[in-house]
This record gives sequence, C-alpha cells and structure tokens, in this order.
Amino acid sequence: MSAPEHAGVPVDPQGAARVEPAAPGSPAPGDERGAPSVKARPSRAHSIVFGTVGVIGELLITAGVLLFGFLAWQLWWTDVQGDKAQAQIVDDFATDPVPTTTPTVAGEAARVKIATPRHDEPPVDKAPAHAVTFATVQVPRWHGIGAKPISEGIDRATVLNPKGVGHYPGTQMPGDVGNFATAGHRTTYGKPYHRIAELKVGDPIVIRTKTTWYVYRMVSKEIVYPNDVGVIAPVPDQPGKKPTKRMITMTSCTPMYSAAQRYVVHGELDYWAPISSGIPVELLGTKGNPSLADAGLTSMPTSTSTLGGR
Amino acid sequence: MYAWLWRHLPGPVAVRVLILLVLAAAVLVACFAWVYPALAPLMPFNDTTVGN
Repeated sequence: MSAPEHAGVPVDPQGAARVEPAAPGSPAPGDERGAPSVKARPSRAHSIVFGTVGVIGELLITAGVLLFGFLAWQLWWTDVQGDKAQAQIVDDFATDPVPTTTPTVAGEAARVKIATPRHDEPPVDKAPAHAVTFATVQVPRWHGIGAKPISEGIDRATVLNPKGVGHYPGTQMPGDVGNFATAGHRTTYGKPYHRIAELKVGDPIVIRTKTTWYVYRMVSKEIVYPNDVGVIAPVPDQPGKKPTKRMITMTSCTPMYSAAQRYVVHGELDYWAPISSGIPVELLGTKGNPSLADAGLTSMPTSTSTLGGR
Repeated sequence: MYAWLWRHLPGPVAVRVLILLVLAAAVLVACFAWVYPALAPLMPFNDTTVGN
C-alpha cells in the first residue's frame, strides 16, 4: 500500500515515496518501488524511465503467465472439450442395434450375439458431404479408449479439431477395394490417434458404419514426412497402381507434440458383418461394449483372422 | 500498472483482493473461450495438414 519510509522521510498519502520533502512538485512515479537511493533526487525523466520500465516488466510477466495459460488450454483443455464432444457425436451416431438372443430357458439372461465374419463383397457407402460423421473407429488394443467418430474431410477447423478422426476426401470408403484413409490428432483436441504407436501387426481396427462392421487388421506401419501423400494412395505407397486389396490407413503426427512427421498404420480388411447379425468378437470387453460374459464367453476365442501376421 | 490498478480499486484489502481474483478469472475465461482458440491456428505445431 504505502512505500517504506526512508530514514524517517515522510511518505505522501498517495503512496509515492517522496525522498526529499523539499521537492513538493516532484511527480509521483508509476512504481513506488522504483524509487532510487535516498540521496539521489529523482528527476522527472528518471521517474518516467523507471515507470515505463516497470510497466513493461509487468506486461512481460503478464504475457508469460498467459503463455502458460495457452499451454494449459492447448494440452489439456482441448482434450477435455474434444473427448466430451466426440463422445457425444458417437452417442448421437445412430446405427443398427446389436441384437441379443432370446433366452430359451425362462430366467436365463439374454446374450449379445456375436457376428459371423463374412468374406464376400461388403456393402460400401457413398462418401457423405464435408464434415458429416459416417462411421466410428475402435481399436481394442487401446484399452480404455472408446469408439471415435470419423467424419468426411481433414480440415482442422471443421473436422479434426471438433470431430476427431477425418476421412481423406477422394480416398475409398470403408470396405471398398482401395484405401480407406483417415487422419486423427496424436495429441490435443481429444487425440483420437494418441496411441497409434501401440498398434502391432495383426491388431484389429474396427469400423462401424450405420449398418455394417468392417474389421481390419494392421499389416504394416511407416513413418514419413508430411508431403509423402503416397501413403493414402489406393495401393499405399504405389500411387497409380490398380488396387486389389481393401485397405485402411491411419495417419497421425509424430513425434508427439510435433507436426514434423507422420506415423502411418496400414491395415487390410479381415471380414465384415452386418450390425444386425451381432457384434465382432474383437470388441467384447472393450470400452462401451458388452463384456465377454454378456456374450456367454469365458475367454476370448482364438483369432478368426484370415490374414497372416498374428 | 498493477500498482495503479490497486490504488484505484475501492474498498478494504480483502475486497480488493477479491475483485482482482474475479478479474483474473474473467481474463482467463476470455482467453480460453476466444483468445487461445483464435491463436492456435497460427502456431507452427498446429500446422498438421499439407497445404492444398
């Protein structure tokens, strides 16, 4: 409140130290702590300099504090908001319900049906309009992580930041021959592909559209520079080649908290199934899905994968 | 700057501290709601998509 008295020199009620009572006209400096030694009489110029330096200092300190605020917002708050918004989108994404069995014995609990894998020609939806959510993705390997929405486009402001995973426009849709290429944040904004580096060859990647499950399995990964767009070609890394396989590609930033390179995971369609026939066995026990017990199982059956690499 | 602000706040110390805390919280909320989202696209580490 008031400046300390120097050697018994009175302090004026405004709080500005007046070091010499004989200088009543001396202007009050902006910062009372800036008062120099009691012997030197502060000139007007002196006061202005000290006042200005004080204000600049305070502004710089304030800017520093606000920069920490930006870090907190970017690294924490965008995740809080993104997780909430994306969970809501997944909740709102109405798909066919997963059926349950009708108990044959009275009192027996209904069980969740397990989908029978199909390897014939899968249904393929048309690409929707920009920013429309048309599927969800869930990776059982990412234990504790629920399904994330996939929307059309990879624009940050309208898709990746508010809606999670984006689908590269012009690449194939789920189930189609070619490459269903997606992008997701590795960090911040709900970070849907945060744990992409944990994926191992053979791991299931489960896509759910309105009507259909598409179970892909990881076949390879690579780390590329952002301009290596060949990774999303119909035949990954071989642009112009005619595709024969049904691939999925997940791209995200690497290293974490940097946009220097891209972590790319490729997968191939293992099987598909209508949602009305049941749930893929791979999803049992994962977040937001029925447990093994709900489906009447005690342990995960051995893989039904037709792809190598397990 | 802050000394000036302090001198111009009304009331006893407790009231002034309270007002300052409310002001600081308001600044932070404004930053989270508008300032940081507006700044984020300008940051190099957020430039994740290859230019069109």
